[in-house]
Amino acid sequence: MRDTLRNAMLAAVMTAVVVTPIFGLRLERAGIETVLEPHWSRVLWACALVFAVQLLRPWIARLFGRSGHAGRERQASGWRLPELSPVQRQGLIVLLIALAMVWPFMAGRNAVDIATLAAIYIMLGLGLNIVVGFAGLLDLGFVGFYAVGAYTYAMLFHWAGWGFWQALPVAGAAAALFGFVLGFPVLRLRGDYLAIVTLGFGEIIRLLLINLTDWTGGPDGISSIPKPTVFGLEMARDASVEGATTFHQWLGLEFQTVHMVIFLYLMALSLALITLWISNRLIRMPIGRAWEALREDEIACRSLGLNPMRIKLSAFTLGAMFAGFGGAFFAARQGIVSPESFTFIESALILAIVVLGGMGSQLGVIIAAVLITVLPELAREFAEYRMLMFGLVMILMMVWRPQGLLPMKRHHVEVPA
Amino acid sequence: MSTTPNTQVKSTPHSPVIPHGTMLEVQDLTMRFGGLLAVDGVSLTLRAGEIFAIIGPNGAGKTTVFNCVSGFYKPSSGRIELQGENITGLSSHAVAGHGVVRTFQNVRLFKGMTALENLLVAQHRQINRSWLAGLFKTPAYRRAEEQGIERALFWLDYMGLRGMANREAGKLPYGYQRLLEIARCMITRPRVLMLDEPAAGLNPQEKVELQGLIERLRTEQGVSVLLIEHDMSLVMGVSERILVMEHGKPIATGTPEAIRSDERVIKAYLGEE
Repeated sequence: MRDTLRNAMLAAVMTAVVVTPIFGLRLERAGIETVLEPHWSRVLWACALVFAVQLLRPWIARLFGRSGHAGRERQASGWRLPELSPVQRQGLIVLLIALAMVWPFMAGRNAVDIATLAAIYIMLGLGLNIVVGFAGLLDLGFVGFYAVGAYTYAMLFHWAGWGFWQALPVAGAAAALFGFVLGFPVLRLRGDYLAIVTLGFGEIIRLLLINLTDWTGGPDGISSIPKPTVFGLEMARDASVEGATTFHQWLGLEFQTVHMVIFLYLMALSLALITLWISNRLIRMPIGRAWEALREDEIACRSLGLNPMRIKLSAFTLGAMFAGFGGAFFAARQGIVSPESFTFIESALILAIVVLGGMGSQLGVIIAAVLITVLPELAREFAEYRMLMFGLVMILMMVWRPQGLLPMKRHHVEVPA
Repeated sequence: MSTTPNTQVKSTPHSPVIPHGTMLEVQDLTMRFGGLLAVDGVSLTLRAGEIFAIIGPNGAGKTTVFNCVSGFYKPSSGRIELQGENITGLSSHAVAGHGVVRTFQNVRLFKGMTALENLLVAQHRQINRSWLAGLFKTPAYRRAEEQGIERALFWLDYMGLRGMANREAGKLPYGYQRLLEIARCMITRPRVLMLDEPAAGLNPQEKVELQGLIERLRTEQGVSVLLIEHDMSLVMGVSERILVMEHGKPIATGTPEAIRSDERVIKAYLGEE
């Protein structure tokens, strides 16, 4: 009891220290001067709240039946998805995909737009999941490859007049090439050191984009990038080339801008699904097992004749390739690319998706990507506190569910007894 | 000795081809870490189908010899030959690719993966690795995967671990982890199996079983065994010849009987009067 009281006191004092500069002291402008205006009541309220919660914590914990050590162990294993038979599973997947395909025709334009963004992040998250989740290589510069993909399309359009579909494979290949070339020297490093170098790489790409003004347009970027065509049919009010048919003419529909939004959503969805399918196959293949083995123990891998360099490079290159595809699509969707879109915070966001979802867990990554893109949109009025909430969620996750929302499940093989 | 996975799946475990002559030859091996001479002029010859032990007090340089042979260290000087082929200074995965695989003093399993997956990873060099075949599950790919699983199950049976196939390796009892690590080596179809203190942490019963296992691996699988061990009854019982090391130097080589009565060896172990 005395311990609890002391803890509660300490927590209240800490709260006061943390909260005072944020809520307690306010800069107000009075004429030409700024004055510091204290609001002590808010600080007191916050302290009182924390004190009360800390005081009642043991009691609350007992109420939920997870007191002491046993409770903590149970938490560590956590809740899991119910087991499904393969048929049920496939049925559910088909149903979900069908729902996702039909949904945009009924939903509002804004919702579809946000869903497109979510699909891009799913794709990026799944790509990074290969590098961080499967192979265990901490990559903080993932956005660099995303930028390479986006700028490849933008520059191919700007300098050579390429369309989206021609540029898409090239964008993927270019990002993969960057991944490969960077991977060679860098993958000798491990853990934190690798993270630092990749972080630097992401920044170098961004600085190059800003400074190679002649090629990339510098800080202004490249604009008026065309949207993807539907198998060669343009989606516009009037064809850009004289005499060509546009999508709505071909189908005999009235021209509506919402068609474009839905089309982009469906494309993003299919890209995300393809990424999901590929990464889902990969992890069950020898190469996927090798990635995991490498994450678990590199020395043991070497002792069994697995070439760690080659395995790491394949993960790094593949992850980069998916980022490249995502980048090209991003460029097409926005119609403009500029270095601002590829700051470190993007890398952090994608990494947060992977960590939040549960490293290596594809379903977890998808859910986390949706949460991270949709929640900020729903809570627009709290936009200023976005980063604050983000940090809070991360801390709470670390305390209660360090293995992520849906931790990776091991694939079991039927063993005849 | 190049093996094709398709033809040898079933035959390997039952009809071992025991090669003749010298399997592994280490000549005048020296390993220097700065000013420290960890291994100084060690030579040994492992005959085909032989069980050869390296013993010596702690810090004698036994594991360093292992690390040099298995490619984890590049020796400062000396020469290592595998059936006449020079493998000195090759990287560790290349050495393993030549058929020299090892276990570790403190078991190194892929802890988060299942026992079966551990054995599948070890077959990485043998299973079809074409990406497209894997993505589209071609018949050849499926067959290769099934054979891989079959081989893994064979080795789980061999070690008496079948019931553990889907258990996480890191959560197996310690004795089973040791066995799984040996199975993981054997599934690569090695020519030389190097065991670094395989009996450490085992109870007396398990040690007896381990001795039987090592002998069976040699006779049934035709593998040559290089062994580091502190447990004298195991070493004396299982090995044909023994190398004794002290302070990085070889002090005696010979049969267990000769070693047991060698004065330098007794001095090294018991100290001088």
